Parts: sequence; C-alpha cells; structure tokens
Amino acid sequence: MLDRRDFIKAQAVAAAATAGGISLPAMAQPSMVAGEDAQLTWSKAPCRFCGTGCSVMVATKDNRVVATHGDMQAEVNRGLNCVKGYFLSKIMYGQDRLTQPLLRMRDGKYHKDGEFRPVSWDEAFDEMARQWKRVLKEKGPDAVGMFGSGQWTIWEGYAASKLMRAGFRTNNLDPNARHCMASAAVAFIRTFGMDEPMGCYDDFEHADAFVLWGSNMAEMHPILWTRITDRRLAHNHVKVAVLSTFEHRSFELADIPMIFEPGTDLAILNYIANHIIQSGRVNKAFIEKHCSFRLGQKDIGYGLRPESVLEVRAANAKDPTDSKPMSFDEFATFVSDYTLDKVAELSKVPKERLLALAEMYADPKTKVMSLWTMGFNQHVRGVWVNHMVYNIHLLTGKISEPGNSPFSLTGQPSACGTAREVGTFAHRLPADMQVTNPTHRSHVEEGWKIPKGLLPGKIGYHAVLQDRMLKDGKLNAYWIMVNNNLQAAPNSDNETYPGYRNPENFIVVSDAYPTVTAAAADLILPAAMWVEKEGAYGNAERRTHFWHQLVNAPGEARSDLWQLMEFSKRFTTDEVWPKEILDANPDFRGKTLFDVLFRNGNVDRFPLSEVNPAYENRESKAFGFYVQKGLFEEYAAFGRGHGHDLAPFDTYHEVRGLRWPVVEGKETKWRYREGLDPYVPKGEGVRFYGNPDGKANLFAFPYEPPAESPDKDFDLWLVTGRVLEHWHSGSMTMRVPELYKAMPMALVYMHPDDAQARGLRRGSEVKVMSRRGEMRTRVETRGRNRPPRGVVFVPWFDSARLINKCTLDATDPISKQTDFKKCAVKIVAV
Amino acid sequence: MRRHLMLALAAALPCLVPALLAAQGTGQVREPFRPPIQFTDEDPAPPIPADVTDDRRVARNYPEQPPVIPHNIRDYQISLNNNQCLTCHSRQFTGATQAPMISITHYVDREGQTLGAVAPRRYFCTQCHVPQTMAQPIVPNTFRDMDSLISRPSDGGDRR
Repeated sequence: MLDRRDFIKAQAVAAAATAGGISLPAMAQPSMVAGEDAQLTWSKAPCRFCGTGCSVMVATKDNRVVATHGDMQAEVNRGLNCVKGYFLSKIMYGQDRLTQPLLRMRDGKYHKDGEFRPVSWDEAFDEMARQWKRVLKEKGPDAVGMFGSGQWTIWEGYAASKLMRAGFRTNNLDPNARHCMASAAVAFIRTFGMDEPMGCYDDFEHADAFVLWGSNMAEMHPILWTRITDRRLAHNHVKVAVLSTFEHRSFELADIPMIFEPGTDLAILNYIANHIIQSGRVNKAFIEKHCSFRLGQKDIGYGLRPESVLEVRAANAKDPTDSKPMSFDEFATFVSDYTLDKVAELSKVPKERLLALAEMYADPKTKVMSLWTMGFNQHVRGVWVNHMVYNIHLLTGKISEPGNSPFSLTGQPSACGTAREVGTFAHRLPADMQVTNPTHRSHVEEGWKIPKGLLPGKIGYHAVLQDRMLKDGKLNAYWIMVNNNLQAAPNSDNETYPGYRNPENFIVVSDAYPTVTAAAADLILPAAMWVEKEGAYGNAERRTHFWHQLVNAPGEARSDLWQLMEFSKRFTTDEVWPKEILDANPDFRGKTLFDVLFRNGNVDRFPLSEVNPAYENRESKAFGFYVQKGLFEEYAAFGRGHGHDLAPFDTYHEVRGLRWPVVEGKETKWRYREGLDPYVPKGEGVRFYGNPDGKANLFAFPYEPPAESPDKDFDLWLVTGRVLEHWHSGSMTMRVPELYKAMPMALVYMHPDDAQARGLRRGSEVKVMSRRGEMRTRVETRGRNRPPRGVVFVPWFDSARLINKCTLDATDPISKQTDFKKCAVKIVAV
Repeated sequence: MRRHLMLALAAALPCLVPALLAAQGTGQVREPFRPPIQFTDEDPAPPIPADVTDDRRVARNYPEQPPVIPHNIRDYQISLNNNQCLTCHSRQFTGATQAPMISITHYVDREGQTLGAVAPRRYFCTQCHVPQTMAQPIVPNTFRDMDSLISRPSDGGDRR
C-alpha cells in the first residue's frame, strides 16, 4: 500500500519518465485519459437482490462487469441504490465460482457417498436422466420434484413449469417464494380473486401516513425507505408508525414506535377494525357496493406433521380454508371483543399508541399506506393477518387510489414476476390459474399445444412437504435451482438435511457458488448468474423489467434456462407420458420432451435474427431460435385480455419496466378503480373484477397463539431475518469483501439485561438452542437491533452459523408458509 | 475443522489468511468448498472482529461506489431529530472538522433539483455507507476495476 506521499512521488517520477521517453511498469501509471468512459459499454439491468426492483446501469469492458451505478431513468430508484446494489459489480467474481459439473463418485461412477469429481455436462445429464428414469419407472411422477425460486427469470420459471407439469406430469414444483410470499399471495386471491397489489410505489409520494407491520424497510427495502423518508421529512403532516417485535433501524423514523408481543398483530388489527366501526367511520357506501363479509374457520392447527400433538388437538386442521357468509353486523359483533383495554394488555403496546395507530386508518382525511413483508407472511396465521389488513382498508374504502394502499412488499427480485405470475407453485398455473381447475388445465394444454388431459390435477408437494417427503423416501429425484434451501429451510437438521442424504434420493443443485445446499447434493451443476444471461424479473409493484446478457459465464457454467431445456432432450414422450394419451395422440410418439415443449411452433417461432446483435445470447445460439422471446410470448398469451396484460417482448428491452396490465401501450398504476384501470367499466367507480361478483371479501378471524411460545426450559422468543448488507443466505454478498467486512458473521442480538441474567455480555460465545437444534455464535447487546427482554434476533445469512437448525417447521395451514419469526430457544454460555 | 482453524487465525492473525488461501487454491477441484461448508460442521464462533478505525480513505472500485466508513460509528444517533454523521460531513461543518463533505449528489432531490441542504431521500447514511471490521474475507473476490483491466490489479477494497 502506497501512502499519500509515496503516491505523489510516484506520479512525479512517472511524469519525468514519460518526458524522458522511458516506459515504466503499469503499476505506477494512473489512467486519466479524457473520454475514458467511451471504452465502457453501459446497459440497464434490474438489481439482482430484493423485490424492490431498482434499476442499475452496468458498465462492461473486455467481457467483465467493471462498474454499476444507480439508474437515473428508473422510476423505482431514480439513481439510488442501497449498499448491496452499489456492490453488484462484484457478486459474480467470488473466486470459488462453480465452473464445471461435479458428481459424487467412487470407483469411476456415481456413488451417494462418493467424493465430488468434475464431469462433463454430458456425463452429468446422463447420470441425472438415469436417476430420473429409474424413479419414474419405480414410483411414477409423484416421486420426482423440483424446488425453484423467486430469483428465476420469468422464462426460466416458465420453462421449469412446462418441464415438470407437462413433461414429467407432476406438480411437485414449488419456489422458495413459498418461504417468503405464499401467505400474501393466498390472501390476495381469497380477497380480490387476483394476486398482487392494486397500488404501486407512486403511493409513497401520496400517502399521509405509513404503517410498517413487522417490516424493517430501512434494512430490507432501503430504496423504498428512502421514498418514505423523503415524504416524511419533506412534509410535516406525514406520520410513520412502526410495529415490530423488537426495535430496529426503521424505528429511527418512527412517530409512533410500537413493540408488540409476538403473534398479537392479529389482535391489534381486529382492534383497529373494531375502532373504525365503534367510532362510526365505516365507509358504508363502499362496503355495501363493493364488499362481502365471511366468517373464517378457526382452530386450524399449525401445519406441522399430521401426527404432531398440535395438529391432532386442532379442531379444524383438515379444512383450514373453509368460510361461510356473514353480515356486516355479525362482523361488527365478532371484532367487538377486541377492545382497546384487552388488546393493550395482550400486545403490551401502550393504549395511546394503539389509539393513534387506529386513527390513522379511521380518519377519512388521512391517506394511509400499510406495508408488510415477512413479519406478516412468515406467520402461523399469515393468511389471516394479510386478510385483516385488507379488512381495515376495505372498511374505510381506503384502497385502489393514490396514497390509500395496503401494500405487500416482496423479498425476491421475481417473487411476483416468476413465482406468482408464471405460476411455479405446486398449486398454480400461469396468470393466476389453478392446477385443480379442469378448465384452467385445459386452457393451458391448448396454449402449450400438448394433448388434452395431460396435465396433472393434483396439488404437488409444497416446500416444507418436499423436505418431509424426501426424508420419508417418497420424493426421490429432486432438482434445486437458484436457492440455498438447506440454509433457508426450517428445522433443517431434522427435516431437510436427512432427505438430502437419504440413500434412496438423488439430489441435484444448480448454483453459481458452492453453498451448504450444494455441498449436501449428489450432483452440482454450475450456473450462469444475473447479467451472464438474458433475463426478466417482475417486482412488487407489478413491474416487468428486462435485461440483456452482458458478459459470459465463467468456464462451463450455464444458465438455468439452458439446463432445463437441454435436460428435456434426454426424455422421449414414450418414456414419460401414459400410453392412453399417446394412443389418442399418436403424433406425439417418439418425440423428445424438448420437441413437444420447446419446439412446439410457439417457443421456437422467433429466429435468431431477432436477437439484438449488440448482445450475446448463449441460450438462443445453443438452441437455434430466440428462446427467451418465444417463451415469453407463449406465456404472455395467457394473461392478455384477462387483466394480466404484458407488453410485447421487444418493448421491455427499451423501457425501465412497465406495470401490468399494460393495455394499449399504457401501464396501470392503480387497479380496480375507474379512470385508473382500463378493466373497470364506466360508471362502476370501483370493481374488484378478480371475483365474479366484483366484490372484495372481508374475513373475520380471531387471535390465536403461535405454535410454540417460551416456557421455563426454552425461555426466549427467537426471531430470524435479514440484515442490510447481506441478501438472503449470503451466497453472493458474503463474497463481496466490503459487505463481508461490514457484517462478517451472524450474531445473536439480545437485551443487555437478558445477557446479564445469564452471566453473558457483548462478545460472549453462546449456543442458541431449541428443542430441535443449536448453533454457536456471539452475543451482541448494543447493535442495530435492540430486542426487548425475552426476545432474541438472529439473522440467517451466515453459512457457518445456521440458525435454521433451531427454527420450527410450523407453517400457516392455508398458505403452507413457515413461521420463521416465532419459536422458543434458550441461550447458554459455551 | 480447517475452517475452524482459519477463522481462529482470521481473527487473531489477519495477515496470514491470504497466504493460507493461496496455499489452498491448488486444491480447488478436489475441495470446491471454500470456505469448506458442511451442514454438519459445528465450529466455535470466532470473536466479534474489531472495527476499522484508521480514518484512511479507501479508493473506490468505481465512481459511484459509496465510500466505506473508516471510523467507528457506534452509538451515533440518526433519528427524526438528529443526524450525527452530518454534524461533521455536511457542507457547513467540514471546514472545522476537515471531514470529507458529503457528495453534491446528496443535495439533489428525486426530481433532479439541487437543494440547499441534504436531500431528505439521502438522510439515512448507513443505507449506503457501511463501516468495516477487521474480518478478512474468507473467499477472495477477483473483481477488477475499469482501469486495472489495462494497468493494475484492484485491491478488492482491501487496504493492506
């Protein structure tokens, strides 16, 4: 390292040397040439990380990314990025990128307990196909499965859905978005008949009040937080309420800070509904015209294994989704139990703060935006709590207009665009269609040009069930793509790891880096990432955003799209489709799955000449047609004319994303309101057209306790989550030196008095132990997260400290999403 | 076990770690997991690393990279009423403190207009600027900046 004086000296020497015509080693030559930027190629791309969907400008030179800047032309972020976004340039350059397929081998062939050895793609796919065919022959389609991601590009998720459902004829396909968004998505469908928010980020510039329900936007959605900060600090009347089970950075902007007892958000929301009704502020005209009321099922269990005592004891664990109509008066009576006194006592939030919060919703003059992510969604009553926030917006008619906005934030860049819109869940098809609906299946069969009756109608295994079935030996051939589930899944020591190492199972992991999940696989496939391929993501405000391939992936790493399509060539219809179907459709005989799924006249209809010659496109080159365009246009046909209209493919390469429905070239910012949404007929004012009667559903649900609460043996609540510097499991950000150094390890954040009571202090080494497992870390008592007594927070980004060995695999029984926010642990000194 | 050792070393003797990694580099195919990550590993937790407090500026990897913070910011208050970072880094105080003034971009609002004071959207400094600890990255990063592609290797943000 040169110090400043050395540097100046070196420059002087260089200048003298140049004058004397001497060439010096490159080290000493600062490059300060005018027009230097002209050597760079700048292109747009969405950020690789969260669901905010910021746009970045990416500079490339000599087939490498050399810089990333915030995109001034993007509405979402207007030139800003968070610290992770600013370091995107480095995420592809961790030295341990996977560059060739690796197979566990012994004596020259595959062995479950063998050592990883490099193999060719042909060898890798040969073994993989052999395993898939073995399992399909022995057990049928129910025994193969795939775990994908809200980080898949739109066409990757779409290709995976085709391969699994139409190719292998199974719905055992689920995305890691199940851990992340399932409760939100299910509640959207049940309330509005259509998934995804009615509003958009423009609400930030219109609202008078912001309520964060369990969300820590300052760290998890920093750029959206800048928009709230902008609004709050520039407008004195604007107020911010922050609710959480522990104090965190978002409290820095809070006018009304509230720490509540874990799980009591349910009671707080019912209190707000009660307050709106009791104080006479129900928007009667709105609810009469646009709303229906329903009484939901209660005592629905906790999504644990059926033999668990909590499931046996629950009255309605078998039919958690049931509900029946009720009147507004019955609804009012139902929530009247939730008085200020009772809820203040239960939640431990002071009465005056609860009242101030309730008034934000009740006051007809206050435009209010509710924001939530994992606090609501990772909740054993996640669907209920999502419904309850819609209840209070619907009771007041504060919805579908600028500033009045219940807004479900998303955690992954394409949880909306791929997991939800494409339909990579075990129960979904494209454009909100469902696998259990025969009309929907038949519509998809037509769109995909496959035989009638081919698509399976049985809901597949969801994320947590996949792990249980792997462990139980019922799911045996399993492909994991773009996610790190052994680090992310709950109760992983008991319910995830055993399935991966079960000798009956063959586990394939496609990833860019050697994660803990990859290390537990049988075959590792090296993946291209981010701008190493042409891609498309859909963010939380319905914005679809494209990018071009800007650099080549290292070594033999290939995109997930290439992997999925190339693998499909290894199977013929005769091997995987039933005889009856082939007898009735003899034209399909003897073809490969690649032929019937991807050379079907749709996907292969755009020639290579349509690929922008300024950019490489390895997948299209490999298959001989414009793969991404063909997949996108086939997929988009399902939504066009049905409220999910996407623009033509080429348009998206020109713009910084567009919010669907895009009708006659115009995006839609607010849905369901006349004048703002072209799907609402003239004269209706508001129409929730996702439901046939045009009405939204309010549901009455009670408060019910979490699956596990602290007791004398395990005396602390464990809350898990993320931190600003690392994204999800850290496989990318832990390889960026600046981010690693800023946050090198997952600590347990606890109250100083809780530490002292256990003889601990900041820096003490401890074990965090639950009934299920343990992890070792150090105590932090004065960090950015300040839990109240009785609560500890541990982030899950650190692969060397796996907190999910401790968490409980209890899920919302309706959405099947895990509650990562509430279980009981104890902390003991090492 | 190897990581256990490495982490202990990383904490105690930061300068040795790159050498260890280099020695390990030859075995990449045989041992692709660097750090060796096995689900079943249960390693002791290294001590919480100390903060970097040397006050030395670090060259940016590219123009718009937010500079990292070369000093301790523990207990700095940033709230609705107070922003301790700005008490040194805003325009009017830099003469007295000799701290670098926050970038002029921070005076520009969402509409692109330059304001007379820091723009509200830029108020929370730590969304972009992060302090650094002495922890040494376990996996080296091979990013090269735009100049080093012609002239010199990047230090990857590492100042030693």
